[in-house]
Amino acid sequence: MSLTFQTADGPVYALSDIDLQVKHGEFVSLIGPSGCGKTTLLRIVADLEQPTAGRVEVNGVSARQARLDRAYGYVFQAPALYPWRNIERNVTLPLEIIGMAREERRERARKYLELVNLGGFEKKFPWQLSGGMQQRASIARALCFEPELLLMDEPFGALDEIVRDHLNEQLLSLWAKTGKTVVFVTHSIPEAVFLSTRIVVMSPRPGRIIDVIDTNFPRDRTLDIRETPEFLKVAHRVREGLRAGHSYDD
Amino acid sequence: MIARLDAWCVAAVALGLAALATAPVADGGWMDVPALLGVVALTGIVCAASVRHGVTALWHSAVLVLLVVAGAAVSLDVVHAAGEQRVGPGFWLANLALWAVAWRGIDGVAAFRCMEPGRQKFFDLMVPAAFGLWLLYLWEIGVVGFGVPQVLLPAPGMIGERFVGSLDILWSDFRQTFLKAVLGGYLIGCGSGFLVSILVDRVPFLQRGLLPLGNMVSALPIVGVAPIMVMWFGFDWQSKAAVVVIMTFFPMLVNTVTGLAAAGAQERELMRSYAAGYWRTLFKLRLPSAMPFVFNALKINSTLALIGAIVAEFFGTPIVGMGFRISTEVGRMNVDMVWAEIAVAALAGSAFYGAVALAERTVTFWHPSYRERR
Repeated sequence: MSLTFQTADGPVYALSDIDLQVKHGEFVSLIGPSGCGKTTLLRIVADLEQPTAGRVEVNGVSARQARLDRAYGYVFQAPALYPWRNIERNVTLPLEIIGMAREERRERARKYLELVNLGGFEKKFPWQLSGGMQQRASIARALCFEPELLLMDEPFGALDEIVRDHLNEQLLSLWAKTGKTVVFVTHSIPEAVFLSTRIVVMSPRPGRIIDVIDTNFPRDRTLDIRETPEFLKVAHRVREGLRAGHSYDD
Repeated sequence: MIARLDAWCVAAVALGLAALATAPVADGGWMDVPALLGVVALTGIVCAASVRHGVTALWHSAVLVLLVVAGAAVSLDVVHAAGEQRVGPGFWLANLALWAVAWRGIDGVAAFRCMEPGRQKFFDLMVPAAFGLWLLYLWEIGVVGFGVPQVLLPAPGMIGERFVGSLDILWSDFRQTFLKAVLGGYLIGCGSGFLVSILVDRVPFLQRGLLPLGNMVSALPIVGVAPIMVMWFGFDWQSKAAVVVIMTFFPMLVNTVTGLAAAGAQERELMRSYAAGYWRTLFKLRLPSAMPFVFNALKINSTLALIGAIVAEFFGTPIVGMGFRISTEVGRMNVDMVWAEIAVAALAGSAFYGAVALAERTVTFWHPSYRERR
């Protein structure tokens, strides 16, 4: 599968010869330097972008059909909460669009806000919450209509490292609890290694996959595993891959 | 703090003494000496007492403000009693002293801070109110004291008398111009501007075709359009409403078109990822995020509409209406009636604008400019 953007300066080969399969229940991270097409790849899966060649299937149907079926929840780089809605009504937004009954919507919102540790903040407005809390609310919003697939585009990129570590742990336990398939875009090596069952290393110009690394850390791992030799070994391999594909010098 | 600010009180005492020295000797001078002496003495006492006994700033200011009110009352009495004789320099010096005391007093009120929102609000409102009253006072003593001809500028007291004396005429003018022409035209103009903007947003070729046309219409001079509207829609309020529609349509159109484009890319893609259609995206995302722009237009239009309706009445109207009254009473040299109409227009315009601004606060409470400052 590939994607070429036609720009005024000629074609830009954003993605070329991408061939990737994500199995049910996996946590796959896409990692690579800026401009390697990792976000574009995620957007193609979400049908926010169309490939110029090739085919994408999500749960056996086309990406477009998957979007129309509301098969995935998308978490953006920014929380993208609507400021005129309180947290509860932000979380219930997709449920309103689906057409769920009011009482059930509330119940769902309560459940998923509880899951991301935001119980009791239902009536607050997004701008009254910290950045980390806003991003957690946006994760609750992506989860609340119970899609099979969670697509996350550098959701913690704008947060400081302490909050980020904390949210990484929460996300991991969330994944263990819900058993969702997650595709996660990041440019942080420790984040990718810590969270994933599989790491896809990408490289720019043209955007391509240069390595796919399987990890097998236990599901209930804690941040402490970041000090273990296995962790460092995987992190090293990711770094090697990134270095090999590095083409900043040319 | 008090010691520094009380430079104003010291200035007031000095000016007051200067006034006392001038008043009796000035040619044709006329000043109520005992009253002035009282004001000066009290100012001195208050300022001395506050320094020595550490009176709270608010009480200090309150006493000063009361002093100013008393002084202004005496001063008004004096200036009216003097009449043709005119007041002398002592009077103006005394008013300078009063001004210094007023400054010091209102400075204290403006600095007032308390935890109770209600009380704080009251004091916050007192400052602009006091400022307005002070301007009216200066206008009154200036016009009467210098003997400005009534045709040039009548005193506010006189305008007030005329206002109260012709409430029935003013009310029927207000009903004709404001309740019918302004409100009718405003609702039609803003409403159609809003609806057309959604259409323009939906149909791209309209954006290129209709926006320049709307721009042209809004650039038409009102004095050219008004007579034509009178020919089209007759003498009554409908033709004025038509002028208001023309004036308000375009600001609403442009603002809403801009507002509909204001929603962020991620917010739109979120709706797309939910497979939400055009109308859902419009109602749940794009219209709410356009609201600050819509209210901007509503506020601009609230003042435009009033101007448009009043000016349009200069070009043919039945014998009622604010614009009609202004144009005829000017011809009859009844300038106080003109000013009374201006007062009505100012009050109605401010109230109208205020109501729209209040609605804006309620609807776009989430906008950064209205979020609770804490």
